[in-house]
Amino acid sequence: MKIMVAIKRVVDYAVKIRVKPDKSGVETQNVKMSMNPFCEIALEEALRIKESGLASEVVAVSMGPPQCVDTIRTGLAMGADRGIHVEYPDALYPLSVAKLLKALVEVEKPGLLILGKQAIDDDCNQTGQMLAGLLRWPQGTFASKVILDKEKQAATVDREVDGGIETLSLDLPAVITTDLRLNQPRYATLPNIMKAKSKVVKKYTPQDLNVEIKADLEVVQVTEPPKRKVGVVLSSVDELIDKLKNEARVI
Amino acid sequence: MATRGLLGAIGRRASPLSVCRYLSFTSASRTISTLVIAEHEGGSIKASSVNAVEAAKLLGHDNSISVLLAGSGQSLQEAASTASSCHPSISQVLVADSDRFTHSLAEPWARLIQLVQQTGVYSHVVAASGSFGKNIVPRAAALLDVSPVTDVTEISEPRQFVRPIYAGNALCTVRYTGADPCVLTIRSTSFPVDLQAADSKSNEAPISQVDLSTFEEESIGKSRYVKLASQDTERPDLGNARIVVTGGRGLKSSENFKMIEKLAEKLGAAVGATRAAVDSGFVPNDLQVGQTGKIVAPELYMAFGVSGAIQHIAGMRDSKVIVAVNKDSDAPIFQVADYGLVGDLFEVIPELIEKLPEK
Repeated sequence: MKIMVAIKRVVDYAVKIRVKPDKSGVETQNVKMSMNPFCEIALEEALRIKESGLASEVVAVSMGPPQCVDTIRTGLAMGADRGIHVEYPDALYPLSVAKLLKALVEVEKPGLLILGKQAIDDDCNQTGQMLAGLLRWPQGTFASKVILDKEKQAATVDREVDGGIETLSLDLPAVITTDLRLNQPRYATLPNIMKAKSKVVKKYTPQDLNVEIKADLEVVQVTEPPKRKVGVVLSSVDELIDKLKNEARVI
Repeated sequence: MATRGLLGAIGRRASPLSVCRYLSFTSASRTISTLVIAEHEGGSIKASSVNAVEAAKLLGHDNSISVLLAGSGQSLQEAASTASSCHPSISQVLVADSDRFTHSLAEPWARLIQLVQQTGVYSHVVAASGSFGKNIVPRAAALLDVSPVTDVTEISEPRQFVRPIYAGNALCTVRYTGADPCVLTIRSTSFPVDLQAADSKSNEAPISQVDLSTFEEESIGKSRYVKLASQDTERPDLGNARIVVTGGRGLKSSENFKMIEKLAEKLGAAVGATRAAVDSGFVPNDLQVGQTGKIVAPELYMAFGVSGAIQHIAGMRDSKVIVAVNKDSDAPIFQVADYGLVGDLFEVIPELIEKLPEK
């Protein structure tokens, strides 16, 4: 079985972002970019499944401008076998990403797709679900545990839901999206980084895949959130209780 | 663009009547009718789904709101009857009764939304962005070939919304320009419901059954519910609590975390946690507050031993009053706290428990 993993290049999670003065978006020039943390977890899970002998190949896919190849190389250095880059100059909305991934699924015929549950830049939490819908495949979102059964061709997925942990059984092929607690992603070692340089990254354009990119959303503006007023530092519990009772009136 | 601007201006200022006239003059499809995807539990509609109705109300004055409930048996029927009187703006309750919906699996649910949309032709589909809505709504949107808008915090025009991006460090205003329906999930804490206005026993909305005869089985049955491991708790629900008491890594152990629970009990508060506290096994994951956990906006948020990482702040920055207790005076949490106390939480919490008034 082949596993396809979608990875996204985003502003590093630890960066304090800045909104552009013209309100057109968030500054991404000269800002540290990394693989989306949830995508790292997705790739790690795919690699573990391969290492346990349940998959033969892990293909990492990324979409967007040429720099996405760096993200794919990071994925290859972690252990993915090969990469696919769908080149597109502008931002892609989840619906377009899902359509492009669907087209790639038809070419690559993977038995399992793993994605992160959300990208930490747009915070959409949509692509995996949309892809599963387009493919008419079952979905296991917010996964914190995945167990594959090769004989039954099924995956048992523990999902982090509002009330606790829900367990589902999915027939393969399926789409799984990862939550934070699924695993601890590995670091790429230097030899693997070197090896990654000789691995293949195939290029496609949306035209090659017969996918028309049309956006039904437009960004009107991006602004900074309202600032909270500066707080006060108190010196004792008594003072705190007094403030909460008499000033804030919340207890 | 000019037309859109004008439409926006009228939507804000003019009376409902003139809006209608203007809308019907431009395009009949601009009439607003909304399908709210509701979640129910134990025979009652969930509070976050009532928040979704409140958000739907803000989409337009002449909005006819239908609430869709699915499930099976007695608890569904009870939920439908509570739903019919949970908010005065609801004009009908649609009920899909089938074993396929007993557990909220995305595959049958998304197909159901597509089916109901095809028969009802709604201009908007709205759900709360809890784990239920996030799982189901994007799949339904893909079946309808439209882009959904996640986690809306403000509705400025019928098709223009504000949503937080980058863990709430930027607010993005987006306009939906595609075909009907406009699909959105809303952040429930941004659309509070006035409880008195919501009590509408006198005008119960009619309940009707969804015709499931054309519901194909394609893509359904490929996923099966196995079990739900839930933590039973007497405390208020984290998402709706008036007071939230949160513990972080500073608590050091699950034993010590009991102090947080004791304080919460005294305040009638819900308990929250940071990722560090969950990953260290102090508490279960469904208590995590943050970008990838729950988003809360209580009247009072008390953080103990929480450093205040970007990802945690994302989940609580809209709280009315924030209190932080940390022994590190440089902790970033103090930048968002209204009241900060630099001190050892192992001394502060017991003192608070002792000195707080009885509820």
